Amino acid sequence: MISFSAVSKRYPGGLEALRGVSFAVEPGELVFVTGPSGAGKSTLLKLVPAIERPTSGSVVVNGQNVGALKRTAVPYLRRNLGLVFQDHKLLYDRTVFDNVMLPLSFGTLAPRDAARRARAALDKVGLLARERANPIQLSGGEQQRLAIARAVVNRPTVLVADEPTANLDDESARRIADILLSFNQVGVTLLVATHDLALVARHGRRVLQLEAGRLAAA
Amino acid sequence: MRTWLRQHREALGRALGRLAAQRAATLLNALVIGVALSLPAGGYVLLADLQGVARRGSLEPQISVFLKRDAERGALEKRLRADPRIQALRFVSRDEALAELRVAEGLADIVDTLEQNPLPDAFVVRGADADPAALGALAGVLRALPGVAHVQVDSAWAERLAALAHTGRLALGALAVVLATGLVAVTFNTIRLQILTQREVIEVSRLLGATDAFIRRPLLYLGLLQGMAGGVLALAILAAGLAVLNQGVSELAKAYGSSFRLAFLSGPDAGALILFAGFLGWFGSSLSVSKYLR
Repeated sequence: MISFSAVSKRYPGGLEALRGVSFAVEPGELVFVTGPSGAGKSTLLKLVPAIERPTSGSVVVNGQNVGALKRTAVPYLRRNLGLVFQDHKLLYDRTVFDNVMLPLSFGTLAPRDAARRARAALDKVGLLARERANPIQLSGGEQQRLAIARAVVNRPTVLVADEPTANLDDESARRIADILLSFNQVGVTLLVATHDLALVARHGRRVLQLEAGRLAAA
Repeated sequence: MRTWLRQHREALGRALGRLAAQRAATLLNALVIGVALSLPAGGYVLLADLQGVARRGSLEPQISVFLKRDAERGALEKRLRADPRIQALRFVSRDEALAELRVAEGLADIVDTLEQNPLPDAFVVRGADADPAALGALAGVLRALPGVAHVQVDSAWAERLAALAHTGRLALGALAVVLATGLVAVTFNTIRLQILTQREVIEVSRLLGATDAFIRRPLLYLGLLQGMAGGVLALAILAAGLAVLNQGVSELAKAYGSSFRLAFLSGPDAGALILFAGFLGWFGSSLSVSKYLR
């Protein structure tokens, strides 16, 4: 499903964020990526949807070599992935419902079906009652749940989440973790970067530990 | 295909939504385009009317041959009728000429003050060949005939008018190119600002799987619609300008016994103006999108 082979990433200016990282994530697996700040967690996650390209090595997602993908093919790769960002990346000029509808507007789904699916996603994360609200009116935990609803609305096979519980209180973090786990339980592959060691310990799943861009434990 | 059409419809809807959300800016931009387009469009109307007048004048080129007081009219007429270069001939006596002058507006009082008729007899000649050079040659021959006092080629003014219209057309073309470039620049900048204000939406859309075409489409529609709105405003400005000008023009024309009025653009021309304005908007938008949405 996801395979990294000797992946290195050097940013312009010389910063080497990843050095020879290799690992594989099997379909339906939940894998945590941990490590201190600057270890390369976010860079690793950005390589999966081709937000960044590897400097060397290969990243294969759903059978596609992401590093070799043409620019025009990237959007179609991303539509099959669910992305949850640390800063949510919600749009505050539109409603909760419209935020979830956004990824569906690029696709082929008829508007009525798209609306039905968006409401189902909001229901899944417990935000259906807030569909007409503006995201700015939501709490941090609710905003992250909204970001998850938007990430899963296209029914992706892989969900990539960068620090989904960062800056949240314990209750909100636990709720987010439960939602993510529920998707994993129905077969969605999850790659989650986190600082939250309690979260990692509670679920007892495989952990990729990064240190200074190298995979210290897998 | 249905999805493609739906996405175009939605992009058009989003573009209309953005225009409606920024009514004042939209109106001002369209006004800039409208004013700029109305100048060459107005020039086009004036030139078309001018060329129409010139064409009517030069279609029936005439030569007036004024006779000396002691001219042998009969002999001269016989000679003219025998000339194959002359298609038609009409004699205008000095009395008829004075009578025509008397009915012209404002001249009756002046004519009445004359003690005697100062006008000469004349022949109005229509050449068989309407070519200016042939007419010029014919006028030279007529000038040399005995009993001829003066020869005047009546189409000369029409030729001068046509030459003036040709020069005007060149100047208008240059003006249109300059203003069209300006309009492209206006749209380019408007779309650049749109891209800046929509940067967050564009970034998030890209992260979630929007194609370049999906992101560009509403911006291209925005340029197209803004251009077309400018075209419609240009027509409105032109119509208002012509209405004002025609008050003066009809007064002037009446003084010459004419019902001439400046004509508005024809339906196809008006449609072409709107489409051209839309094209300029789309082109400016396209340049901006190519530069700022890499």
